[in-house]
Amino acid sequence: MEREKEALIEVRNLTKYFKVGRGKILKAVDGLNFKIYRGETLGLVGESGCGKTTCGKTVMGLYSATSGEVLFHGTDIHSLSKAEKKEFTRKAQIIFQDPYSSLDPRMTVGDIIGEGIDIHGLAHGEKRQERIYELLETVGLNHEHASRFPHEFSGGQRQRIGIARALAIEPEFIVCDEPISALDVSIQAQVVNLLIDLQKKKNLTYLFIAHDLSMVKHISDHVAVMYLGSMVEYTTSSELYEFPLHPYTQALMSSIPIPDPKTERIKRRIPIEGEIPSPINPKPGCKFASRCKYAKDICFREMPEFREVKRGHFVACHEVQRRMEPVPEFSAAEDRSRANET
Amino acid sequence: MSKGEEILKVENLHVSFKTYAGINQAVRGVSFSLNKGETLAIVGESGCGKTVTSKAIMQILPQQAAIGAESRIYLEGKNLLELSEKEMTQVRGKEISMIFQDPMTSLNPTMRIGKQIAESITNHSDISEKDAEKEALRMLEMVRIPNAKERLRQYPHEFSGGMRQRAMIALALACRPKILIADEPTTALDVTIQAQIMDLIRDLQKELNMGVILVTHDLGVVASVADKIQVMYAGEILERGTVDEIFYQPSHPYTLALLQSVPRLSTKNKDTLYSLKGTPPNLIDPPEGCPFAARCDYGMGICRKKDPDATVVSGTHSASCWLHDARADRKGLPDLFRLGGEQ
Amino acid sequence: MTETKQTVVAAEDFRRIGTAGLSGEQLSKPALTYWRDVWRRFRENKLALLGLIILIAVVLMLYIGPLLSGQDYQFINGAIKNQPPSREHWFGTDEMGRDLFTRVCVGGRVSIIIGLCCTLVMFVIGSLLGALAGLKGGLVDDIIMRICEIVGNLPYLIIVVILSIVLGQSMFSLVLAMSLTAWVGTTRMVRGQILQIKEQDFIQAAYALGAGTGRIILKHLIPNTLGIVMVDITMSVPGFIFGEAFLSYIGLGIQAPGTSWGALASAGQQTMMFYPYQLFFPCLMIVFTILAFHLIGDGLADALDPKLRA
Repeated sequence: MEREKEALIEVRNLTKYFKVGRGKILKAVDGLNFKIYRGETLGLVGESGCGKTTCGKTVMGLYSATSGEVLFHGTDIHSLSKAEKKEFTRKAQIIFQDPYSSLDPRMTVGDIIGEGIDIHGLAHGEKRQERIYELLETVGLNHEHASRFPHEFSGGQRQRIGIARALAIEPEFIVCDEPISALDVSIQAQVVNLLIDLQKKKNLTYLFIAHDLSMVKHISDHVAVMYLGSMVEYTTSSELYEFPLHPYTQALMSSIPIPDPKTERIKRRIPIEGEIPSPINPKPGCKFASRCKYAKDICFREMPEFREVKRGHFVACHEVQRRMEPVPEFSAAEDRSRANET
Repeated sequence: MSKGEEILKVENLHVSFKTYAGINQAVRGVSFSLNKGETLAIVGESGCGKTVTSKAIMQILPQQAAIGAESRIYLEGKNLLELSEKEMTQVRGKEISMIFQDPMTSLNPTMRIGKQIAESITNHSDISEKDAEKEALRMLEMVRIPNAKERLRQYPHEFSGGMRQRAMIALALACRPKILIADEPTTALDVTIQAQIMDLIRDLQKELNMGVILVTHDLGVVASVADKIQVMYAGEILERGTVDEIFYQPSHPYTLALLQSVPRLSTKNKDTLYSLKGTPPNLIDPPEGCPFAARCDYGMGICRKKDPDATVVSGTHSASCWLHDARADRKGLPDLFRLGGEQ
Repeated sequence: MTETKQTVVAAEDFRRIGTAGLSGEQLSKPALTYWRDVWRRFRENKLALLGLIILIAVVLMLYIGPLLSGQDYQFINGAIKNQPPSREHWFGTDEMGRDLFTRVCVGGRVSIIIGLCCTLVMFVIGSLLGALAGLKGGLVDDIIMRICEIVGNLPYLIIVVILSIVLGQSMFSLVLAMSLTAWVGTTRMVRGQILQIKEQDFIQAAYALGAGTGRIILKHLIPNTLGIVMVDITMSVPGFIFGEAFLSYIGLGIQAPGTSWGALASAGQQTMMFYPYQLFFPCLMIVFTILAFHLIGDGLADALDPKLRA
């Protein structure tokens, strides 16, 4: 796309359907295409039920894909042999949303963190113990915590244990599935700082799934907005926040409460009617059409193409050209300077 | 205190819980008041006692909880803590209502929505059942549930998350209470629905001239709806003031930390956010001195010895922190920080 | 906040020290392993503790009792038939002049051993099949569940009768007959548990770390179902004791000269009108034991309930 960068993950036409009863198909992920560049973070946002978590788990290989490919270093992870699959699990990891169900309550923290080390035989005996202590320190906990059980820790501490478990095998790529939504504000900053810090030090690549848009903006290089299993907009995080083009993104952006009373008082919110429709047997056409105030006939008939309307800015909307506010065309030079800024 | 007369006054509220490890002092001497038509936000992290405080006002605390003998909760002058359980039942729902994060905790899954609302109305007044049902319909329309007539006959599981939240609000407001306590009402909802619900609560508040106590950890929500804010930590109120005072002139390092830990529009991408180290203190054995001392960058020796009294910063603004003492070491305090007390 | 303690404030106290010396990451609760925590909550439940004490007392009596009474359970003494309880014979004697107390003790050993054996068989078969069905799903699950349905619907009494004809009336055939149908419930329960735990994030995390099926069963699934299975085990022991008593009562169980609580009750019933104590004592022991197991089971269920964890 806009920069000569190595794509670590490339997702092509990924779909994941679930059968839910007779003749009913839940289209959780419906034709996704995106790339994540090495050392960068892709933020994936959308409301609950939009398929972002399913997308993350399919990219991790935890769910098998209905169709499409997930290329990691150029090979499709869904067609790996057993041995190759195990090798893949050494390079990609996942951090979960719920800090309570993601740690086995019957294992000590040390064993939880050490599980990946044991499975891949990375270290034994004293070395293993040292590695666990090191990881605990990395996430801001101390040695004494290794022999404790998960229920003794607070949500933020548990989430950091989950991060330590993911880091234990030194992965290249981590899927962060809403890692901060269950945490308190002051603790969220701890976890986000830790993730950013680790990325800088180890050149990690993240797929950061969240519904908290302000944190996503902060941590991501690119942001993709999902609605009902499809991607509606993809661009750099600053571009998305300044010039959201898809009507859904615009409504979403304007709904974020900003922790600043004066801004809140003057802010004009774009209201969005109704609620997200069911992803079971969706109607043809643009999925957002039923709630979109710009919807025309074509929107109910044809699914809009996901196309580049500005440099590096992809939108799936029939009406986008007509609605696009007259923003100055970016010259290539300007674009590069913007890119350097972030 | 501009928005009308005082309706609720909480004085020196203490709540403790019995646990196996000892007595957990969840709320330790909280006092505040609420006026008609006003929104008071109680902000703090989980475990800081904000929910316990609101449940104590409603007296719906679990059995192992005890309210201290020195505590007083006055609703328009009458002390709720002296009422019998039967009298309190008349207060709940009629004078004070509460809505929760999870609507299913207050909706009965086996009963039609309309019936539930109508029942709550007939419980508190002598209205006929037929009129109560008409009133229920009006309530559903008031909370802007589309097709209210059909919705009346539906069960809670047929409602979506946002609609359930609306139905719960309709149920809570059915008797036109004077006070609405909203405990994290939008935490489980998506942003677009969250905005709808907050708008709704704000509009209804104006319509009914209710006092609203909003319990939340989300500073964004607070900024958009609150009049007054009090910041709770470890069972104590550390700072209180109007929205602008709290957001633009914080006078307690904890408030400052909360404000700095969320990314703002001006925060640069991937900059380190300000983050608090550690976790809140254990309230079974609360530390001596200021409860925030162990995590405070500006902590002094005195902070670990003696709990500071509230210092008045301005008429509506006060904070409990030793930094306001003239002898305090204030180097490196950000400009945002507002000092009070005798200078 | 009482102001009894006067803190002396010095200028020194206003020097900045920040968070020096305080980590802020201390854990509030003392270290407790899972089972120690369960034991703590179990102990707080007075009734459950009472159940445990009763059970220990009963078991002690069964093994030490005969030594204390100094009687032999098979020794027939025609001179002291049907005697009421006395200093010599604590529970009296039966119609053949045997010491009833000693017989109750020895019979109790048999009853409890049968109860435990059946439970063990039930537990092993049930949890293996349940884990397999829950984890594998699909065809394996279907086959195991159909077998469960068939076995669960077999008439229990007919099986016992057939088995005792084929294998003879021994303790072995009794255990076999009773546990042959009993594992169905355990299988269903373990399967349900596994299905629930399987969906939790920590299992997904283990898969993501590259763990194989064996590791997931041994390290994650079994330890996490153990608690619930424990409750099931304690609750089913009395069922088997009852079952044995019932079968012996109708003459399909333990044969003379061996005895059990059921056999003793059966014998006592025939002379109930004249010597009620011969029925009363074995029944009393059955009641005590079953009560004890139920109280313990209830206590365990509460102690293991994650929702009640404080």
